[in-house]
Amino acid sequence: MPFSTAPARSLLRRLFERWGAHPEGRKQLAAETEIATLPLPPQLILPLAQHIGAPARPLVQAGERVLRGQLLAEAQGMISAPLHAPTSGTIDGIGDVAVPHPSGLTGPAILLTPDGLDEAIPAESNDPFSLEPAEISRRVAAAGIVGMGGATFPAAVKLALGQKTRIPTLILNGGECEPYLTCDDRLMRERADEVIDGARIILRAIGGDEAMIGVEDNKPEAIAALRTAALRTAARDFAEVTVVPVPSRYPMGSEKQLITWLTGKEIPAEGRPADIGVMVQNVGTAAAIHRAIRFGEPLTRRIVTVSGGAIRTPRNLEVRIGTPLSALVEFCGGTTRPVARWVMGGPMMGLSIQSLDIPIIKGSGGVLALCEAEVAGRPEPGPCIRCASCVGACPIGLMPLEMAALIRNGDLKESVAIGLKDCIGCGTCSFVCPSQIPLVQYFNHAKGELAAQDRNKMKQDAIKQLVEARDARMEREAREKAEAAARRKAERERAKAAAAEAAAAKAAAAAATTPAKVEETTT
Amino acid sequence: MLLAILSLSVLGITFGLLLGIAARFFHVERGGMEAEIEAMMPGTNCGQCGFPGCAGAASALVSGEAAPTCCPPGGLPLAEALALKLGVTLDAGAMQAQVPQIAEVREEICIGCTKCYKSCPTDAVLGAVKQIHAVIREACTGCAKCENVCPTGAIELKPVPVTLQTWVWPKPVSA
Repeated sequence: MPFSTAPARSLLRRLFERWGAHPEGRKQLAAETEIATLPLPPQLILPLAQHIGAPARPLVQAGERVLRGQLLAEAQGMISAPLHAPTSGTIDGIGDVAVPHPSGLTGPAILLTPDGLDEAIPAESNDPFSLEPAEISRRVAAAGIVGMGGATFPAAVKLALGQKTRIPTLILNGGECEPYLTCDDRLMRERADEVIDGARIILRAIGGDEAMIGVEDNKPEAIAALRTAALRTAARDFAEVTVVPVPSRYPMGSEKQLITWLTGKEIPAEGRPADIGVMVQNVGTAAAIHRAIRFGEPLTRRIVTVSGGAIRTPRNLEVRIGTPLSALVEFCGGTTRPVARWVMGGPMMGLSIQSLDIPIIKGSGGVLALCEAEVAGRPEPGPCIRCASCVGACPIGLMPLEMAALIRNGDLKESVAIGLKDCIGCGTCSFVCPSQIPLVQYFNHAKGELAAQDRNKMKQDAIKQLVEARDARMEREAREKAEAAARRKAERERAKAAAAEAAAAKAAAAAATTPAKVEETTT
Repeated sequence: MLLAILSLSVLGITFGLLLGIAARFFHVERGGMEAEIEAMMPGTNCGQCGFPGCAGAASALVSGEAAPTCCPPGGLPLAEALALKLGVTLDAGAMQAQVPQIAEVREEICIGCTKCYKSCPTDAVLGAVKQIHAVIREACTGCAKCENVCPTGAIELKPVPVTLQTWVWPKPVSA
């Protein structure tokens, strides 16, 4: 047990580090009922961009019949993920539909009408411990697995990183610090074996030595279930998987916070976990990797929490990717009172949605119907009173009030200088602000604006090359034209000269023969 | 005929010599600053700034006649870089008011005359004689040269469409 003897300095630090917030959990709403399987909806909507990176490229045509697990769209680019059919049925086409995105814009999606047979393509099952690490990450990539905690970063890209640099420590994230959400909690309770096996497969893929599962201490049943499962299989000579309870505090489920809490190491500014030899995967991702490697099953379903004060029977559902939210809400008995706000994901980092036609995608952990009492707040943000609540709450140790003030004045560069790029967008600052200033929206805006500037810069550089190429081409064309003209001219002259020569020769010949003839005739 | 060739050659040589001497004699020393700034500009010579090409804009910038925000295709990043280079403060507000635009072909009235693609400084227009033309969005700078030569008004500038990949959180309005 490498971490049972936590260093004393770490204990002290834990006492004095007071970052984060304690939003009311409200997890009991959905936590106590077993995961139910949602029946197939009349139509599945499968957006092509369900992950961070380039959208997938569709491979199917309208009218085509597909089977469960069949590849519908392939990954394109370095960071991307493929998309598979969640059930058998007919492709209706590719449409522009409302997708889960804070902008509320539409995006391309494959539409699939299930035929109810749920016929699957033959899958091959494997013993992961006879596979090469590179082969494991290749199969995880082919199964379209992305970070299930909501970040939707392609899991295989992370695994491949483990083959490049040495990553001894794997941390499975069972934090689930967002209020209301209990999908990971139920997964760990009911399918602990899958999570533990997934952890071992990931360790094999990255060549790691140890795995820790960090679970918030408000989920004692999940901790017990994981420990039992880890012990039951510990007889096999695989690396030890330990389950470590962490305090319940928002945002403990953030990668950076969990790493620091469990290992005492901090990720350098603008760095990645791999820089300090750690990899973090969500428990749901581990379970998905287990199914993909053991049974050859691509990622086509996930567990979603349906909760909120206005839902009749809040619970966790296992749904096919692409199911519209309305089907989930209907299955849970609809709403009991007026819904003030529909939220997809958790209330802290999730997105407010306008329509229930939006589908569940790979990263959706919850659907919340919040009633008036749950969203109560002042209508307008007040002025900043410089109370520094946000400074104390920021898990990264940034100064949100200063950053927001700089961004408000358009000074993005200075806000980057005081740490904007290290902001994880958790929203704790906005949550604790007594004036309810939308601090995190400033940061999201600034990050997007900086990314747009980078894109613009890249476009300018590319255009410069185009201009240079065009100029070079024009010059070459002009030169070739001149050369061709010169060649033609030379040809003409040569022809002329040849003609003149021929004429001269003819004349000479004529001159030579005529006298001879004359001579002949005379003689 | 010989006379014509001779006289034209003499004229050509004379004017050529005159031009050569003039280039020596009236040579203008291009400041290092001007050349450096010209290298920073997009180089399409689109003329949206109102100066004769990027070189003209560069000299206007150095002499202070033009603001660092004068180049629409360069956008905010270029304006910031120019302001830094020239040591002037940037009025970013004026820049953000302009929405970046790109050309779009109205296919129903395009006659396939190829005038636009011949005039495009970045090869962003794709087309051939009597074929409907199209604009490659990634390569278009919105310089409007094509708009000006189109005989049927089939090409026009439109704001760059916002997609899921390019959308940015809006700035909070108050507080």
